[in-house]
Amino acid sequence: MTIIEARNVVLSFGETPALRGADLAVAEGELLAIMGPSGSGKSTLLHCLAGILVPDSGEILFEGRRVDQLGETARSSLRRDKFGFVFQFGQLVPELSAQENVALPLLLNGVRRAAAVAEARTWFGRLGLDGLEHRRSGELSGGQAQRVALARGLVARPRVLFTDEPTGALDSLTGEHVMDLLVGSAREQGTTVVLVTHEARVAAYADREVVVRDGKVHSLTAEVIA
Amino acid sequence: MTVPLTLLGLIEREPRHGYDLKRDYDTYFGRGKPLSFGQVYSTLSRLARDGKVVISDLEPGEGPDRKRYVITDAGASEVETWLREPVAAEPHLQTVLFAKVTLALMLGRDAEAYLDTQRAAHLQRMRELTEIKRSGGPVDALLADHGLFHLEADLRWIDLTVARLDAIAQEVRT
Repeated sequence: MTIIEARNVVLSFGETPALRGADLAVAEGELLAIMGPSGSGKSTLLHCLAGILVPDSGEILFEGRRVDQLGETARSSLRRDKFGFVFQFGQLVPELSAQENVALPLLLNGVRRAAAVAEARTWFGRLGLDGLEHRRSGELSGGQAQRVALARGLVARPRVLFTDEPTGALDSLTGEHVMDLLVGSAREQGTTVVLVTHEARVAAYADREVVVRDGKVHSLTAEVIA
Repeated sequence: MTVPLTLLGLIEREPRHGYDLKRDYDTYFGRGKPLSFGQVYSTLSRLARDGKVVISDLEPGEGPDRKRYVITDAGASEVETWLREPVAAEPHLQTVLFAKVTLALMLGRDAEAYLDTQRAAHLQRMRELTEIKRSGGPVDALLADHGLFHLEADLRWIDLTVARLDAIAQEVRT
């Protein structure tokens, strides 16, 4: 069953076209990798699917409902309630401790502080972060910070996790560890993952990949090979 | 070429019978392509003939006596040399990938479609290797990584070639 979909999505930044009729359907529970060269529109497509950007034309549907027709407040609620995010540089809130960062989505969803922090702390053992709960982002290594960001992305059990170059700032081994945890955790809780990457070794963790070229989506499947 | 040297290396690790060597080889290096006993014993005979191994003792059993092989100084030296020397860098561009793209462009066929199909095949294999890594031990990961990095290099070449197809087409068609 399709959980999120882009239909003939067009979006330009000023005079520069980024998406020129992008079509994409992601199945529930699927791990999909979006690949493509720099400037191809792959991150823009992710931002449209996640309700961060609104296309100039075309449709974005989440669980069959139009996202592109929602106002900013409703899209913001949707992102908070249903989606999780992990970006390249973690983007942790530097003033907060690691466990407060992880608890943040729960607090924003109205969970009481003690319960949110207790839930956040369960992720530290799961992701090999025991003992780092009170550190600030500046006191964490790149790999640790990215695992904290991963915990923050998944703690509220989102329906879809959107992630853009999650290992882009990490060395191969650390990146592999983060991907192992990302895939393992997403599968465990049935979260759909939309992953933007230019690295084939990262895309290989996904069930399927598509390539964005010149603002259009090219699906490459096993059927093509047969 | 690597089978005799690999067996020699396994004998250096510990003097072994032919049966044990086959088992060790299949476990660590076979990867779905186990050695036949015939290949193991013919290789051991050649190694013995060339003075790389000697038979240390015969163990009587129900069938033929079991021979235990021990590496000689000459054998150990060969293993040492082999492990020190780099493998010749493979000329990947001479492979079928290059030939197919160039020919497709020469013949005015859809080289991009071919490259997309190849890309999907490469990524499918990378997915399989990634799964082997995720579900296996460190030795599985070691071998899978080797395959993954090579496939990734091919994929980079494929991506770059897709971006350059127009320019290459102009050159090969003239």
